[in-house]
Amino acid sequence: MTTAAFGTHNWGMVVDVDKCIGCNACVVACQAENNIPINTQDRVERARSIAWIRVERYWIGDFPDAKAQFIPIMCQHCENAPCEPVCPVYATYHDAEGMNIQVYNRCVGTRYCANGCPYIVRFFNYWEPVWPESLRNHLNPDVTVRSRGIMEKCSFCVHRIRRVARGARSAGVEIADGAIQTACSSACPTSALNFGNFNDPNSKVSKMRDDKRHYTLLDQFGTDPNVIYLAKIDANKKVGAGEASSHG
Amino acid sequence: MQQRRELDQVYTNRKLLNGQLDTPKWWAPTVSILGVIVLLGLIVIAIMINKGLGVTGLSRPVYWGLFITTFVFWVGISHAGIMISAILRLTQAEWRRPVTRAAELLTVFSLLTALVFPLIHAGRPWRIAYWIMPYDVARGIYPNIRSPLIMDPVAISTYLIGSSLFLYIALLPDLGNLRDRTAGWKNAMYTVLALGWRGNPRQWKMQTVGGILLSALMLPIFVSVHSIVSWDFAIAAAVEGWHSTIFAPYFVIGAVHSGVSAVVTMMALMRWLWKWDDFIRPEHFDALARPLIVVATGWLGFTFLELTFALYGQDAPEIALREMQMFEWPWNLLFIIFFLTAYAIPVPMWLFKRVRTNIALMFWTSILVNIGMWLERFLIIVPGLARRTPFVYTWEAYRPSAVEWTIFIWSFAWVTFLMLLFSKFFPLVPLFEQKESQVFTDDVMIGRAKVPAIVREAD
Repeated sequence: MTTAAFGTHNWGMVVDVDKCIGCNACVVACQAENNIPINTQDRVERARSIAWIRVERYWIGDFPDAKAQFIPIMCQHCENAPCEPVCPVYATYHDAEGMNIQVYNRCVGTRYCANGCPYIVRFFNYWEPVWPESLRNHLNPDVTVRSRGIMEKCSFCVHRIRRVARGARSAGVEIADGAIQTACSSACPTSALNFGNFNDPNSKVSKMRDDKRHYTLLDQFGTDPNVIYLAKIDANKKVGAGEASSHG
Repeated sequence: MQQRRELDQVYTNRKLLNGQLDTPKWWAPTVSILGVIVLLGLIVIAIMINKGLGVTGLSRPVYWGLFITTFVFWVGISHAGIMISAILRLTQAEWRRPVTRAAELLTVFSLLTALVFPLIHAGRPWRIAYWIMPYDVARGIYPNIRSPLIMDPVAISTYLIGSSLFLYIALLPDLGNLRDRTAGWKNAMYTVLALGWRGNPRQWKMQTVGGILLSALMLPIFVSVHSIVSWDFAIAAAVEGWHSTIFAPYFVIGAVHSGVSAVVTMMALMRWLWKWDDFIRPEHFDALARPLIVVATGWLGFTFLELTFALYGQDAPEIALREMQMFEWPWNLLFIIFFLTAYAIPVPMWLFKRVRTNIALMFWTSILVNIGMWLERFLIIVPGLARRTPFVYTWEAYRPSAVEWTIFIWSFAWVTFLMLLFSKFFPLVPLFEQKESQVFTDDVMIGRAKVPAIVREAD
């Protein structure tokens, strides 16, 4: 992995698909944390809704033996991201901590990045965002409110990372494992979403990543994501029947 | 071909300057109507910039639609100029002479129109001026030159500057001519524009050398402009239907197909509107349609390759995309229209000389080609984005909104408007080229037949 050359931190996420119960708490937490405009019926119908993280539901089998399976998908923070080289103004770039950064101020809204992204986790603000009066004071002051005409996407709650990192630096200590939690990972009731530093071999996420169930989404595009998925365990599968299936 | 007539200089001057020295009756009403459409279009563009791109039909996976299609279309049309003025000039194809200026003009105006689309298509157009236009040295961050969206304006501006210079150099002798035939403010304008053209041997030599040099310099642009436009799509590794290695030559040859067809359309219009039957003759249509058959068939080969590449690798997502593009409603209807209009109807017709020399038929078939070529770009861009991605989250079709259609129509009105405005002040057929070809052409006897031939002085 190219990440070894980077700084002391390489932020990433491990998503245990086996633990995901599809409750959508992460989606709501993200919506509240990151000042995401409300997805009204009109916006959803016109496919202009914004969801930095989403839980996709797939049905396995036919009724009445149908089972729902869930997979949360957010920006994969690819090391080799298709969105980065196409931006004419460097509004999106890769930083030294393994994150794919979106600079709202630079973005001119060509939407080229979104065309290139196979995960469809980049969103365009077609309209100026509006909130009902009652929610105006609920906006998170740490997060920019995006105007119309620009792209936005999951930032790994970069404001939370920065806040903890600043505190640790002034205290002269290392950032403890688990001290930083993204909105989605702290909201997840089953610990399906885990955030941490892949450069620390003893961190929780580094250990989880060594699980033989690990895989990355849409491997064929060679994007090298920093979000690692752990496959769903198939209860009906006989032990010793080979590797776990690669998809949840 | 025996259509050439011996024309004296007075007749040539009077006929070819009929747009400038006296105005045809249809000119004012046509320009007014076009002006109204242009104005409406500009208002709609202003509203769109003011309100935001929410007024378009674009959605989540289909982030690019009608605007980018029309952008590629106009860049394609612009290839006419380079094909006719540079390549035919360097290969000394004599028949090019009456159409050179119109083709160059079409290039300049279509490029100007094409450049508008990526600008208004951005979410925050005013920021483009802020981040890209003043090359961003002061802030220490250059524009991202890996992005085709930076290469695009560079290539297109180069082409635009080259074409404008070319157009101007070719205009100089005619400007001198007009200066000597006008009075008042018009005379003053032509005096300034003619840059002191006296028509002495030194000026003629510099004008010719300048033209040939510019032709040669513009040849690389012939390959580069549409290749770079095609990379807008080809470098998107994760988009089936976009990510293709043949896109650069495929787009270039398609551009020549649509661009030269547009010149044919324009030639027919010029012949009808200004009654230039002596200058734009059926033989010119014949000469343009012959290479078009070859170009169109080459383009068809690329289209066939592009559509069938997936079968070699048995790449399931791409096969699914091709199935959608060709067989699923509503793409299948568009695909049939595209295939019929871009190739199946016009090109077999052009095989017959009777069609090639029939102005009305050439007019309509060339229009068909451009309908088809516009649809070709649409069928590449939109199904590529509206395809069924691996995740079911967004599978959306795309329906352009009234705003997008208005701006689409505006682009056609705008190009025509500029052309007609130009025709009021400058001759659309280069007088000096016409007279030069008159001198170069002579009748020679071959056996008993008297045929026109090109006579040049030995070096």
